[in-house]
Amino acid sequence: MNTTVARLTARGLFGRRRVLILLAVPVLLLVVSVLARSSGLDELDLAHRVLGTLALGTLVPITGLIVGTGVIATEIEDGSIVYLLAKPLPRWKIVTTKLVVAVGSTWLLSAVPLYVAGLLLYGTGDRVVLGYTVGALASGAAYSALFLLLGVLTRHAVIAGLAYALIWESLIGSYVEGAQTLSVQQWGLSLAEAIAADGTVIAPVGLGTALWLLVIVGVGATAYASVKLSGLTLSGEE
Amino acid sequence: MAVITIDKVSRWFGNVVAVNDVTMTIGPGITGLLGPNGAGKSTLIHMMSGFLAPSAGAVTLDGARIWRNQEVYREIGLVPEKESMYDYLTGWEFVLANAELHGLADPGAAAERALALVEMGYAQDRHTGTYSKGMKQRVKMASALVHDPSVLLLDEPFNGMDPRQRLHLMELLRRFGADGRTVLFSSHILEEVEQLARHIEVVVAGRHAASGDFREIRRLMTDRPHRYLVRSSDDRQLASALIADGSTAGIEFDASEKALRIQAVDFQGFTTLLPRVARAAGIRLYTVSPADESLESVFSYLVSS
Repeated sequence: MNTTVARLTARGLFGRRRVLILLAVPVLLLVVSVLARSSGLDELDLAHRVLGTLALGTLVPITGLIVGTGVIATEIEDGSIVYLLAKPLPRWKIVTTKLVVAVGSTWLLSAVPLYVAGLLLYGTGDRVVLGYTVGALASGAAYSALFLLLGVLTRHAVIAGLAYALIWESLIGSYVEGAQTLSVQQWGLSLAEAIAADGTVIAPVGLGTALWLLVIVGVGATAYASVKLSGLTLSGEE
Repeated sequence: MAVITIDKVSRWFGNVVAVNDVTMTIGPGITGLLGPNGAGKSTLIHMMSGFLAPSAGAVTLDGARIWRNQEVYREIGLVPEKESMYDYLTGWEFVLANAELHGLADPGAAAERALALVEMGYAQDRHTGTYSKGMKQRVKMASALVHDPSVLLLDEPFNGMDPRQRLHLMELLRRFGADGRTVLFSSHILEEVEQLARHIEVVVAGRHAASGDFREIRRLMTDRPHRYLVRSSDDRQLASALIADGSTAGIEFDASEKALRIQAVDFQGFTTLLPRVARAAGIRLYTVSPADESLESVFSYLVSS
């Protein structure tokens, strides 16, 4: 951790207009929860739809995408990353610091609101809300690491990330069972299943597989991002 | 003594060779890296500052490889060409952050010293996004100087500066050169380079075209044959009068342009000869224009010599 890198990253992330989109996510989730509560539908079914499909399935990856790419891709894009890199700082330290900021922000903006929305909708019964929250914490961290890596790898990180989240996870993942094994969202869901009372949350991917893949993706993406960052090339005049 | 050595370095991007087998040594004092746009100056500076790997050859600082070696930044200060620099920070916050990132013992004092050096203390509490080009350049300088480096690399530092800011920056760089630091800056403007640098390295189309004292290079540039396009009241008579003098190497009558194309051997001699000859022969001169004064033609002459 480097406090200067953390401070610059956090200010860059929240100091721009991006913060409005980011704040819209928790607000949306809470508004939906309040409305749903008064709809009189089955509470468990509602919890699955709002916490599972909407929050874990859509809002967590979108927040992870905006935050994960936002902590580094913007600086690479406009060239100001030079001021971080032209320093005797180990590259892995820059990456892990930015990752900590990204994970913290993703949790704050998606996992915490998910927990609050869950309490409003369903309360603490059957550990369903706790399960979804832990799932969101785990997948939020994995998304942050994955999308931070994308930000280092490509100038089109947001598009690549959207393609992964929308096409792979949401579209292909909902039809092809094999694709679900390689889906961050499903790993989060596996944790939710493991924590919630038996039979309340169903996940297609086994807990062991999910845990291993979460660790591999988190650690692997961070290590690879560090390697790529130390070989970052400035585009020339040519 | 901080010395950057570029040893048989080439850099290509796909099929395009940006830097072609360049060998040069940059030592203490001010060195100007001169060349037309697209000659490979930025590519060279990116390799010297560790932001680009050479495709072949080696770039070292006092024997240590620069690429993928972040320890060199204890010695190197870089002023990049791009302007973006955390617009949401004030000048003070920006320079202070740079001092902290260097791990300096007293970053506050270092930032204060660097801002005073570039005379930006008065605007240090404004956001860098509100700065003029010259002010940004100075704050970038302060951020590069904050750790008191022995090498300073500047990519086109005078671009977009007004004359006053230009003089101020030149003065600053002169001071660093006089301190025995290694200062390298790039430019595509000869006058800029020769005002500041005693030692000049010229690159043209990725190749190392000339190296040495600016007087030597200036002489090469002014002694080359000059070409002029001249229109007068009697072109043929003027031609015959001019060819008799030794400072004219060749004259061609261009019928389509209705003008003379004159190749002069001696720049000084020809410019005094032409009006004298014309007046003596009672010929009026309508057009006298240098035909190849573009920087590119000056540089390509240097390459061929």
